[in-house]
Amino acid sequence: MADSSAAAVAQHDHPDATKRDFLKLVTGSAVAIGTAAVAWPFIHYMNPSRDVLALSSVEVDLTPIAEGQGITILWQGKPIFVRHRTAKEIKEAEDVPLSDLIQPQPDSARVKPGHDQWIVLIGICTHLGCVPLGNKPTDPRGDWGGWFCPCHGSQYDTSGRVRHGPAPANLGLPPYAFASDTKVKIG
Amino acid sequence: MAGQHESDFANPIINWIDTRLPIFTMMDKEYGSFPTPRNFNYFWNFGALATVILMIMMATGIMLAMNYQPNTELAFGSVQHIMRDVNFGWLIRYVHQNGASVFFIVTYIHIFRGLYYGSYKTPRELLWMIGVVILLVMMATAFMGYVLPWGQMSYWGATVITNLFSAFPIVGQPIVTWLWGGFSVDNPTLNRFFSLHYLLPFVLVGVVFLHVAALHIVGSNNPLGIDVKSPQDTLPFHPYYTVKDSIGICVCLIVLAILVFFAPNLLGDANNFIPANPLQTPPDIVPEWYFLPYYAILRSVPNKLGGVCMMFGSIMVLFVLPWLDTSPVRSARFRPIYRQLIWVWVVAVVALGVCGAHKPEGIWVVISRVCTLYYFLHFLVILPILGKFERPLPLPESISRPVIGGGGPMPSGATAKPMGKA
Repeated sequence: MADSSAAAVAQHDHPDATKRDFLKLVTGSAVAIGTAAVAWPFIHYMNPSRDVLALSSVEVDLTPIAEGQGITILWQGKPIFVRHRTAKEIKEAEDVPLSDLIQPQPDSARVKPGHDQWIVLIGICTHLGCVPLGNKPTDPRGDWGGWFCPCHGSQYDTSGRVRHGPAPANLGLPPYAFASDTKVKIG
Repeated sequence: MAGQHESDFANPIINWIDTRLPIFTMMDKEYGSFPTPRNFNYFWNFGALATVILMIMMATGIMLAMNYQPNTELAFGSVQHIMRDVNFGWLIRYVHQNGASVFFIVTYIHIFRGLYYGSYKTPRELLWMIGVVILLVMMATAFMGYVLPWGQMSYWGATVITNLFSAFPIVGQPIVTWLWGGFSVDNPTLNRFFSLHYLLPFVLVGVVFLHVAALHIVGSNNPLGIDVKSPQDTLPFHPYYTVKDSIGICVCLIVLAILVFFAPNLLGDANNFIPANPLQTPPDIVPEWYFLPYYAILRSVPNKLGGVCMMFGSIMVLFVLPWLDTSPVRSARFRPIYRQLIWVWVVAVVALGVCGAHKPEGIWVVISRVCTLYYFLHFLVILPILGKFERPLPLPESISRPVIGGGGPMPSGATAKPMGKA
């Protein structure tokens, strides 16, 4: 094409060629940097806004929760299970051999020391995001007495560990701390 | 490969696509090698600038719609939420808010370019008329967008502008009720304005496409206003005008950035920081600056229906402009009288804008009446008559001759021949 032959001539006869290459490089770089600088506000705009981030912690009063009962609260738009475990449930959770588990994890790693009657879990099945049943004693709790997901039949034990697929992993643990024996702060 | 497009591209992937869907050939034809008059000045930047601003407005508008609540209870607060809580919300909103002003600045200069250089004359009448449709859609979009923040000026602007339609006898009030979806500007009005404010920019893109398609059929006008006669008169669009447009875009974005970062509320109205109150009208109702001349025309007529008709008429007259101007010479450069009168018209429009910003009392009423009169006189009386009496200056023989030939016009070009087709 005419362009390429002109370029060839320019390469040999005109000292302008390197100047033009330089200008193209500088212009291209400026456009690339400018585009990135404009793209970032647009991308970051869609990240959680400050009012959403301000809702990042909730406090829960534990006194009304009787032994064997659980409640579900909302934290960052997600259901959080807070369950008051019976002595039998704690013992079952502690005694199971790790080799029986799909994702081996001791019960002690899933509760706070000295508060092992309380289990706090993110109530979202690790399979496809449904909320498992089992917080109320009248709910189906599955063969391991924990939670049962109605969507695809995954089952969790009293420590929230997956015991029966298709879920691949244990129920998640939110960041939380005991403010007192009867009050827990999530987030 | 019978029946398929034959592609010249060397790159095999581009060639494969182009053979089946010749978008690369089309882009090269319309924006690469497209023959463009070689004598453009910077006035010819403003169409490209308007397109760029339209894209900026759509990008920022889509972002804003993600956090805006079109509900009378929530709208004002949701805009404050965007300004305070959402990451870079202040930036996106200020670009959108000031982008509207820059959009009108650029478009008004673009229209002035058309008036000064006679770009509306044959064969570009339809191109011009499509442009007037673009202006109308833009104005409707801007008006409805201004209502969305639901401040005092939003609310009362919406009330006043929709009430314009009540001036028409018999059908007036039913039309206003229909526009409102109720018996006052309220939640249904806000909802439909949001819906239409989101829709109309896409309509605008469609009409702009027609505007550009028509432009690429009849070709661009140029500062001399004479037809392209030979390939010597043209340059390929790329790189000559892509680069020239890029410079204009940089300057335009600098202006936008100065507004956004240093004076974001310069062109706004303080009353719009007060949430809408249907029980109290602010002491001064003024539209956004880009509507002030029309507003002054509306108020200069002491009759309700008359004022509304004059205001709409000030735009409608542009549709028939190609037939009102009887001069065969396009560019004002060769029309000694028109070249002065067009500036009188510009002064009248600017004066109308100033009048629109003041209360209609005393001298402002007189000035706005005189200017309104001249506005219509210019189009309806002066232009039809002037073409018959004005003696144009000699037109150059061709575009390229004064540029590269160094010579002036040919002696034989001294008479004002109507411009024939090349």
